Amino acid sequence: MRGGQDSVRAPVLRFTNCRLLRAGKLLREDLWVREGRILDPEKLFFDEQRLADQQRDCGGCILAPGFIDVQINGGFGVDFSQATEDVGSGVALVAQKILAHGVTSFCPTLVTSPPEVYHKVLPHIPVKRGGPHGAGVLGVHLEGPFISQQKRGAHPEAHLRSFEANAFKDVLATYGCLDNVCILTLAPELDRSHEVIRELTALGIRVSLGHSVADLQMAEKAVQSGATFITHLFNAMLPFHHRDPGIVGLLTSDQVPAGRCVFYGMIADGIHTNPAALRIAHRAHPQGLVLVTDAIPALGLGNGRHTLGQQVVEVDELSAYVAGTTTLCGSIAPMDVCVRNFLEATGCSLESALEAASLHPAQLLGLEECKGTLDFGADADFVLLDDALHVQATYISGELVWQAEVARP
Amino acid sequence: MKLIILDHYLEASEWAAKYIRNRIIQFNPGPDKYFTLGLPTGSTPLACYKKLIEYYNNGDLSFKYVKTFNMDEYVGLPRDHPESYHSFMWNNFFKHIDIDPGNTHILDGNAADLQAECDAFEEKIKDAGGIELFVGGIGPDGHIAFNEPGSSLVSRTRVKTLAMDTILANARFFHGDLSKVPTMALTVGVGTVMEAREVMILITGAHKAFALYKAIEEGVSHMWTVSAFQQHPRTIFVCDEDATLELKVKTVKYFKGLMLVHSKLVDPLYSMKEKIEPPKKPYSD
Repeated sequence: MRGGQDSVRAPVLRFTNCRLLRAGKLLREDLWVREGRILDPEKLFFDEQRLADQQRDCGGCILAPGFIDVQINGGFGVDFSQATEDVGSGVALVAQKILAHGVTSFCPTLVTSPPEVYHKVLPHIPVKRGGPHGAGVLGVHLEGPFISQQKRGAHPEAHLRSFEANAFKDVLATYGCLDNVCILTLAPELDRSHEVIRELTALGIRVSLGHSVADLQMAEKAVQSGATFITHLFNAMLPFHHRDPGIVGLLTSDQVPAGRCVFYGMIADGIHTNPAALRIAHRAHPQGLVLVTDAIPALGLGNGRHTLGQQVVEVDELSAYVAGTTTLCGSIAPMDVCVRNFLEATGCSLESALEAASLHPAQLLGLEECKGTLDFGADADFVLLDDALHVQATYISGELVWQAEVARP
Repeated sequence: MKLIILDHYLEASEWAAKYIRNRIIQFNPGPDKYFTLGLPTGSTPLACYKKLIEYYNNGDLSFKYVKTFNMDEYVGLPRDHPESYHSFMWNNFFKHIDIDPGNTHILDGNAADLQAECDAFEEKIKDAGGIELFVGGIGPDGHIAFNEPGSSLVSRTRVKTLAMDTILANARFFHGDLSKVPTMALTVGVGTVMEAREVMILITGAHKAFALYKAIEEGVSHMWTVSAFQQHPRTIFVCDEDATLELKVKTVKYFKGLMLVHSKLVDPLYSMKEKIEPPKKPYSD
């Protein structure tokens, strides 16, 4: 499909006057793109003896890899866990809208649901390349139903399940087909979880620990069986205790196999995690931090009351409450807001904040050669940001897919 | 020779860049008349390259009709190795200006037949009409390019084994690990550079002072190959004060006195933005 004679003739784009995020630093370099991939300009110069065909001035902006959201339950009125008549359109709408937040790839997330829903919905959310139509779908994140009853949070109790009877066979029977799945959250204290974790890992699915009452030892065993992620750290798990740190202890555990990194999702909307807790996690294990939105269908709907499925939700700026109460019912902070909040709360460098939303999720999914980075050969999915990290423009495969409105005089 | 002495490294580099700029503009290069420039690598010319890039960014200078020939390249180092001279030229010069890649020439240290590569390089210089201005540096052992002590003063482009002095000097670019420094290089010969119509040598820093003394106040010797340029009709040595530390006071005073006259080479400073036709012949005494 790519390469060969045609690629040599394809036009070369050069993005100038920008600061690139490369190898953990912001450098004054130009970004060269050909056929949707990032090009090595030195090879182009000496091997092909060519210059760029077109130049784009980035106005001095920061040029960072596009954000990757690995936990998003819906948005703009769309609920990924609902078996509607046209699942594809719902996913496509969210994919298109989140381009404005700087997200170029995402994992639609399904919460605990009955098997019929999975069987109906999953085949309609295939892995898909991004483009002007919207952010790319990297795979589905299945959060539940194999989770702890005690820590189910907002997940419906009636549909929780276990796999003690037939382990992996139960998993397959519940979901139907795992072809489009890339992350699966489960509670490792469930009987036979280690068999399941091993089988899922062998299929290339990232196993995440969450909605669980596991102690540290159980969590470490799960990691040794193949688990690599923690779903929204601190939320829906036992709190840190100095004699049994629980799942939180994985951040500094010495039982993690050599060469493996345990990643952990954090919702940095300024509401779900106290900034002090965010700082503790970040300082303990900065390399594993993955920013997620965990956004609910009310994302992007604006202030006021909204009916979402069986629930009525009241949105007030960045908070979403069950209508008429003060009970939080999910996050609605867009990814770029999370990145800015994270930067402010932790006082970390711009580079760290940007990597937490791009490089780390790509590493979690084993995609760091083509996503989450601006290295040569990677897909040209990137965002232009001003110094305060507001998204100015979003590009997928080197093509402009979203641009901020310029104030008219 | 002209000996141009400036106070510090930056002023010396700027003078050299201004001279190159004026020479190119006065030459009035075009599609059938390219300006051929010989270029060096190393830490000495870095500030000069920065200045030339600045002139390009301001629109005062264009390299569209300039052909470049680099002096040397390591043997056996991959072309994309960060310390190869290809990488050096790309990162410090070519990627910042408007030169056509086809007009740049650097020896290929990974060629199957090294001597054939050297011979081909000499042919390319001939085909381009010879070098108009060859810019070079000097090693602490008085070498020009990689023409180590003992190199024939009429040598041509060839493979050379590097002297220990040079390997030690280069170790800093290889994290101080002597075993990683290449031991052979392809280099233009002393004779090759002598054939250029004009030669400009940049020499800055106290560690180069003894080499400069040997090159211009002692005789022509193959032990200090830069001394060969005493027999070139048009050579300029651009230095800072520190590089003159081993010279006779008399020599330094004489050439400092001449700065009044030599400064006319860079002032007025011409620009490609102006429509005024600069004089065809640069000032010369």
